[in-house]
Amino acid sequence: MILDIIISSLINGSVYALLAIGFSLIFGVARIVNIAHTAFYMLAAYGIFYGTSKLGLNPVFCMLVGVILVTLIGLISYRLFIDPIREHEGAVLIATIALAMAMQEIMLLLFSGDFLGVPSLIEGYRMIFGVKVAYQQLLTFGVALLVMGVVLALLLKTRLGLAIRSTAQDREVANLMGMNESRVAMITMGVSVGLAAFSGAVIAPLTIVNPFMWMHPLIMMMAVVVLGGLGSIKGSFFGAYILGFAEALVVFLIPMGAYLKGSVALSIMILVLLIRPEGLFGIAFEEER
Amino acid sequence: MKKSLFGLSIMLTACLLMAIGMPVNAADVIKIGVIGPMNFMQGKGHWDGATLAAEAINAKGGLRVGNKKMKIELVKADSNEFISMTDATNAMERLMTQDKVDFVVGGFRTEAVLAMQDIAMDYKKLFLGCGAAHPEICARVGKDYNRYKYWFRITPINSIYLVKVCLINLATVNGILKKELGIPKAKVAIVAEKAMWIDPMIKAIEANVPKMGMELVGSWRPSDKATDVTAELTAVQRSEAHIIFTIFSASVGITFARQAGELKIPAAFVGINVESQKDGFWAATQGKGNYAVSLNTFVRGVAYNQYTEPFVEKYISRFGELPTYTAVTYDAIKSTLGEAIEEAGTLDAEKLIPVIEKAERIGVAAPKAKFDKNHDLVFGPGYATGLTFQWQDGKMKAWWPNGWEGVTYKGMAPYKIPPWMVEKFKK
Repeated sequence: MILDIIISSLINGSVYALLAIGFSLIFGVARIVNIAHTAFYMLAAYGIFYGTSKLGLNPVFCMLVGVILVTLIGLISYRLFIDPIREHEGAVLIATIALAMAMQEIMLLLFSGDFLGVPSLIEGYRMIFGVKVAYQQLLTFGVALLVMGVVLALLLKTRLGLAIRSTAQDREVANLMGMNESRVAMITMGVSVGLAAFSGAVIAPLTIVNPFMWMHPLIMMMAVVVLGGLGSIKGSFFGAYILGFAEALVVFLIPMGAYLKGSVALSIMILVLLIRPEGLFGIAFEEER
Repeated sequence: MKKSLFGLSIMLTACLLMAIGMPVNAADVIKIGVIGPMNFMQGKGHWDGATLAAEAINAKGGLRVGNKKMKIELVKADSNEFISMTDATNAMERLMTQDKVDFVVGGFRTEAVLAMQDIAMDYKKLFLGCGAAHPEICARVGKDYNRYKYWFRITPINSIYLVKVCLINLATVNGILKKELGIPKAKVAIVAEKAMWIDPMIKAIEANVPKMGMELVGSWRPSDKATDVTAELTAVQRSEAHIIFTIFSASVGITFARQAGELKIPAAFVGINVESQKDGFWAATQGKGNYAVSLNTFVRGVAYNQYTEPFVEKYISRFGELPTYTAVTYDAIKSTLGEAIEEAGTLDAEKLIPVIEKAERIGVAAPKAKFDKNHDLVFGPGYATGLTFQWQDGKMKAWWPNGWEGVTYKGMAPYKIPPWMVEKFKK
């Protein structure tokens, strides 16, 4: 049973990690709480559904086009709705909620509330220590590790990464040092939405495509980010697997209460926050950053 | 000047009346509210079934009420009950106070229907339920007849009978496994979403499985909106269950069927999976939902009586998909309500109730339909039984009742065990 729990938590955790890394990135750099993050993930899933089921296109091609289009939509949304009010964090929060709701309603109008599916990139499953794991889930796990590696490399090994980190540490000083803080935020938004879209492309075959599919992952993703420490990418990564583990534990130990797995995961988050308010890997809140 | 002002005000009033769409002959129309989650297949079924019924009645000039003919006018109300209970009660209030409908048909989730039922009862309006299965909704009629007598359940059969059918199905599949795979004592796992209507069913199933000579290995209750049940499936597989008894009415039914198919879980299915009743299920599961089982009301090529197939064919040609059970709003309007109105010659609910209570009608969803003292649909041979079907290579095939209590409908097919289960257990 222990192996079952570990493997299940790695699979569940990978899905949350993929979503949380992008969310954490934009929060850490631009202090933008982008509630619409998982709505972009939903848009990508619909794009892939439309491309594969309605136009009969290759899933990988649809995935690439979907990620590019959604990233563009994300950048336009940033320019139109977020950038003008960026200094007011509360307003940004509400604007992104409105943005997510608008995307939901548009999808509802275009595709109705029907539950839809997209094909797996790799069909079938593999036995790992006696546990059946679908190839698509293994792919998600691999992609989560890869994305984590790529994001860390971007942040630590490139000039853009240096700019992003500097902006995250102190926006005003970064500005004074000649960095275009607004442009860095926009690029980070592009990367963040691109990651959300990419997550949508990888996760969509594991889930059901519908206009409300962004809500549950949003809650879990926020729990992961808060647990790991707001703005900490490493924290998001580990937080995701901790919550994935908690969920698997509930399913295996309390089968009749399997529906409580989300609530238990959120309770763990609250517990951690009571003991360590800044989250596992976060830095203590400061008056000004 | 005065004349032109007067003319202008007349024109404005006329425009206003046109804008709010005041019917010229509102008194000659029977207004029926159709309430359901209209952005989902259940609500679409409500609306589409009602539409066909209204069109059929109106094509004949309407219903004869006393000495005049009255046409049907449908009013769509989106209960949005999957997302918000408040939306559901608001939609019902709007039907009562703003649209001032004469009757209401529809409703889906028990939790929402109980709340909507109270509103309809407050206004003493006939509410014909076409979706919720919980016994409590009709038990209220028995407990407080004067308040709840305006409620009738048109479809489905209540969840006690649903359990009964599922247990009969379980015994049938157990027999098939014993005969074809030599499994002497089948192990049964229950996987049911967390929902109010399912709670009493779980207790009944857990109590009956051992009595039926099978072993219960566990019950798993994922959330109705769960987007991943691989942990549950892994646990079920660890329990070495031969039969998975599913009870799903929401999206988790698709997730479960797809992931069980992807992982080729070596078990046979019985139970209910409402989402699998829809044509789109095959595409939504990307064909992985093969061998999924559910109860249903309509399956292509299967007929309860001479009216079923023409209705199903007309529905498919008009809406491009098989009707789900919520489309039995067709019977609610055309036979239950329509025939009662013509017999009683009135729209007065107080006079219609005794007519509906006594009648035995032939609709499209059962050989015959009648109601018990709690205004619940009567189950049994000759009356409503429903069908049990299985997805077999992209097609729904009905496999029950096939000789049960002497009941067999035209167009039945045998149950199939998933080949990966046969491969694992065939001696």
